[in-house]
Amino acid sequence: MSGATRLRPPRNWLDHRVVAWWRAQVGVLTAVVVVPLLILGLLIAPARPWFLIPAAVLTVVGLLAVLLLPPWWFRIHRWEVTDQAVYTRGGVLWQVWRVAPMSRIQTVDTVRGPLQRTFGLSTVTVTTASSAGAVKIEGLDHERAAELAEELTRITHDIPGDAT
Amino acid sequence: MSHPDDPADGPGDLPAARGNPSADGGPGWLVLHRDTLKVTGIWVFVLALGGAIPTTIGVGSGTSYGIALAWVVPAVALVVLGSVIADDVRWRHSRYRVTPARMELHKGMIFTTKRSLARERIRTVDLSADPVQRVFGLVKVSIGTGEQVEAGGPGQTPQTLVLDPVSRDEGERLRALLLDRAPLAADGTEPGVRVLARWDPGWLRFAPLSFWTFALAGIAVGGLFQVLNWFGRESLPVDTTRDIVEDIGATQTLVLFAVVFVLVGVVATLALTLEAWWAYRLEREPGGTLRVRRGLLTTRSVSIEEQRVRGVEIVEPLGVRSAGAARVDVVTTGLRADPKSEASTLLPAAPMTVAASVAAAVAGVRPGGRLRRHPAAARARRLRWALAADAVLAAVVSWLAVASPVRDFWAIVLTVLAAAACVALVLLAGDAYRSLGHDLDGEFLVARKGSVRRATVYLQRQGIIGWRVSQSVFQRRAGLLTLTATTAAGARRYSVIDADEHEVLEFGAEAVPGLLDPFLVRDPPRSTTAMIIGDPPHHGGVGRR
Repeated sequence: MSGATRLRPPRNWLDHRVVAWWRAQVGVLTAVVVVPLLILGLLIAPARPWFLIPAAVLTVVGLLAVLLLPPWWFRIHRWEVTDQAVYTRGGVLWQVWRVAPMSRIQTVDTVRGPLQRTFGLSTVTVTTASSAGAVKIEGLDHERAAELAEELTRITHDIPGDAT
Repeated sequence: MSHPDDPADGPGDLPAARGNPSADGGPGWLVLHRDTLKVTGIWVFVLALGGAIPTTIGVGSGTSYGIALAWVVPAVALVVLGSVIADDVRWRHSRYRVTPARMELHKGMIFTTKRSLARERIRTVDLSADPVQRVFGLVKVSIGTGEQVEAGGPGQTPQTLVLDPVSRDEGERLRALLLDRAPLAADGTEPGVRVLARWDPGWLRFAPLSFWTFALAGIAVGGLFQVLNWFGRESLPVDTTRDIVEDIGATQTLVLFAVVFVLVGVVATLALTLEAWWAYRLEREPGGTLRVRRGLLTTRSVSIEEQRVRGVEIVEPLGVRSAGAARVDVVTTGLRADPKSEASTLLPAAPMTVAASVAAAVAGVRPGGRLRRHPAAARARRLRWALAADAVLAAVVSWLAVASPVRDFWAIVLTVLAAAACVALVLLAGDAYRSLGHDLDGEFLVARKGSVRRATVYLQRQGIIGWRVSQSVFQRRAGLLTLTATTAAGARRYSVIDADEHEVLEFGAEAVPGLLDPFLVRDPPRSTTAMIIGDPPHHGGVGRR
């Protein structure tokens, strides 16, 4: 057995705007936690430090996350489509590589959330007959995603098989 | 299994109603069995009694039993009558038929449901009968396509038609007709049927070894308190316990209670297992179907199309394993999605040799072979988890002993239990490591893991429809990796956990040729640059537009 077999990274990067999208997501998440704390802190005078101190800490943590995490994620998230399979890499602390063979693909969906839409992005989801086998490519340029979905649908149509 | 009615009719006997008067609505339409009214009446009566007796005692002890009965008897009669009338309405508006292409069911008066299944898509025809239905010779028939439209929305149930009830002969006729099987011969066996396994009462000895023993005993204790609560006697157990402690001492009381607790659990698991698995039989039918038949009071029959079988899983929970026994589950598409449900069980806990022979007969695998071991780092991980849990446990116990008002006796009991748990965790960690293994066995991928629930899955390599490779930070540092095969069958994913990060990728590439290969690099890695192999030209602009 060869000494070192590794998975190579998929060839393609996500769209660059995905970094901004992730920043917005982390920012919104931070705000959802911090804003209620701020309001409570302003309304309830006796317990003010108990609300404002965590709010301050969380704001700092959130800002750091907004600044540092998305670029890091961007370096790790990759995708690739060959004639044979869809291949993605994701996760940070828990890295996950997924491979779904073309012959087993059942559906190809593109989804755009409201936040994604403002950044001109789409998510392509490829499902197989296994509910554990879905492969998602989050954060592609909208047009690129539509093209990709079309291409995938065409390829999977051409390959015979019952997908199970 | 007995068949009281004489199945004299031949196989070609299409919808000619068998003792069922045709209601209306044209040719071929059949109705459910009229005796459903009696069955419903009896069940509702039994349930009503369950409520009526405590009510009579409760009301009667306050006033007089005459008054209590005067209220309760008409109430029960009304409930029973009402349910029988409701069932009659249901009966009048339910009919079904089998056409050459479809199986159709119409039901409902106000909200009519018309459901039809294409016959070529029918995969399961399962028969079951509760005790009352058995007295009347009736069965409930569930007909399903086994398909889940996962893309159409999660949680969608498979398409199923339920005929509740028809006569047993009609049920068998439908099963034979819809699954395209030869009908039953007069003695209740089918020509060409091969029995793969048969119930052995000795297997009952494995039943109390499951965790259900404790769970059921716990439920029984909870039930006892609930009943006492109804009668306003919650303090009874506490008082009784105090009396017993005064009589025989604290330690003896504890031992006594533990023994009684376990005994209750043992009796309960024996009873449940007996009910569920009595008269168990696993058969292979000529048309390519596996059929599991079982049940003491409620009889069940589950059919599994062999074409859809993607493998087997040999499950050895700790207790059962210590007795040298194992259970066999089938890994199949089209069965209910819940892999924990009993529908997928091919063989209940039975001696390992029986389990191995069933697995061999069903899937052609050879259980018991040696598997590839996992690196020692996997053992170190498990030991670390166990020691971390030990530390938490020790901290909690010391806190309880020092800082809280736990009395001396209980502090000692707790400490003994905690010490035992600490040792057990470390032993389990070692056992969990020894359980790890993976290999290829002919056309199957074999993966074994788990200690409390050790499971060895034999998954058809053809049935693997994707890979998921995951590696946590800790796994990366230890050179380990988890390889998960996704499949349309069974639990939908089966993992080789904590294997050597290089070896397991080769293993995956070998298991399904061509799928993983294009994404592997086999050169000696230049570890710092491994991230940038094959980058597109714009990788310099990371993170900035």
